[in-house]
Amino acid sequence: MTYAQHLRCRECSRDYPLAALHVCEFCFGPLEVAYDDDGIRAAVSREAIASRPANLWRYREFLPCDADSAINIGAGFTPLIHAKNLGKALGLPNLYIKNDTANPTWSFKDRVVAVASSRARELGYEKLACASTGNLANSVSAHAAAAGMEAVVVIPNDLEAGKVLGSSIYSPTLVKVAGNYDAVNRLCAELAGSRNWAFVNVNVRPYYAEGSKTLGFEVAEQLGWRAPDHCVVPIASGSLFVKIRKGLNEFAKAGLIDPPHTRMSGAQATGCSPVATAWAEGNMNFRPQRPDTIAKSLAIGNPADGYYSLVQLKDTNGACASVSDDEIVAGMKLLAETEGIFAETAGGVTIASVKQLAASGRIDPDELVVAFVTGAGFKTAEAVVDHLGPALEIDATVESFEAAYGEREGVPA
Amino acid sequence: MAVQRLRFTFPTDLIKEPVIYLIGQQFEVITNIRMADVDESTGWVILELEGDADEIARSVAWAESRGVRVDPITGDVIEG
Repeated sequence: MTYAQHLRCRECSRDYPLAALHVCEFCFGPLEVAYDDDGIRAAVSREAIASRPANLWRYREFLPCDADSAINIGAGFTPLIHAKNLGKALGLPNLYIKNDTANPTWSFKDRVVAVASSRARELGYEKLACASTGNLANSVSAHAAAAGMEAVVVIPNDLEAGKVLGSSIYSPTLVKVAGNYDAVNRLCAELAGSRNWAFVNVNVRPYYAEGSKTLGFEVAEQLGWRAPDHCVVPIASGSLFVKIRKGLNEFAKAGLIDPPHTRMSGAQATGCSPVATAWAEGNMNFRPQRPDTIAKSLAIGNPADGYYSLVQLKDTNGACASVSDDEIVAGMKLLAETEGIFAETAGGVTIASVKQLAASGRIDPDELVVAFVTGAGFKTAEAVVDHLGPALEIDATVESFEAAYGEREGVPA
Repeated sequence: MAVQRLRFTFPTDLIKEPVIYLIGQQFEVITNIRMADVDESTGWVILELEGDADEIARSVAWAESRGVRVDPITGDVIEG
């Protein structure tokens, strides 16, 4: 069963049935799932949640579909680690990393697609579709395969090899589009409007977005049923950024944690930074941008939740960083070298942003900070492959080894 | 007949031009302003365009050629 009751317009509060709808017909505001909060509060407990399997369906009362018949490939309940080495490097002794590279298709998109695909199947759809720069396409392809559904994924034709392979292995209908970002985006908008398919981030977007809340739930549970003081989250569409806080608030409403006072800060690449730019200008209306960054998973020039991200930054006394491509690569390497986590470019954006915000005093060293690393590094190997040290090339003899090992610059043999 | 809901974002140098009026004059599409926020330096309008799909596409291409940014109202469809 689910405690979801309606879809509700975020702007004008009109209610709609729990159908494949995503925009209010009156004011064009986004629709969100509204729940029976009293019912949830009466039904849940820390003990019940903690006793369930380690995936996102342990938070079943807070999700908009029936967990018993959900498409479950094991998304969620990824590690939260106390990043002592990275924290030491950045002057943040209470820094934690939420490592969402550990999802089944190696990105946080498995959370949103798990919920969207499950609800789509409940609504009678047989085809899942998406337009993606990689991670979403990977996850839609995998979930469709596991559910026996057909997948149609549309991607730009210049994606990293790892992200293309990460979809094609599941045998979806893979459509590579030639053309610039705007052309691809417009084609996909037309397809979404004209096909009777479940476009996971379009017509079933209200359900899709609910999957991101589970990051907030997990972090609170993994910290011992408390909210962090400060979250640093990569901003693409802005949905993840907004929904993590929604998750914390829903946990508080259900009596599982104390009311959160979490500061929410954003991370963007300078080459696609509509939210960070508006924030720096003190403007609550962002201007759409044409992306030009190696962080393709964050390359959303016209973010659907851009405005709500700005509101959240303001409401929570957050900050929004933007970092260059060089800083992104440095962030990826720093995370790998200090914590053993190989993140994709979006993770580099997050780590570089934490560094920037800490250095500028926007993160208090006493705060318990959680940085969200949302995708794995093998997906974007091209970004770092030319920035890594060479291997020692030797013959198969001890002498050759000792000669090469002893010659390493600054390292005694 | 098709209906598209689009967000038009106007740069400063186009604020004084009657772009939406001209779309209605030059193309066989019905324009319906549903929401807007325009000031002296910038502005956006959420517009419904109704007509033949190709004619809508031509009118959008013309607006873009004048310097208007045209986006789906729900933000970018493509995601990471």
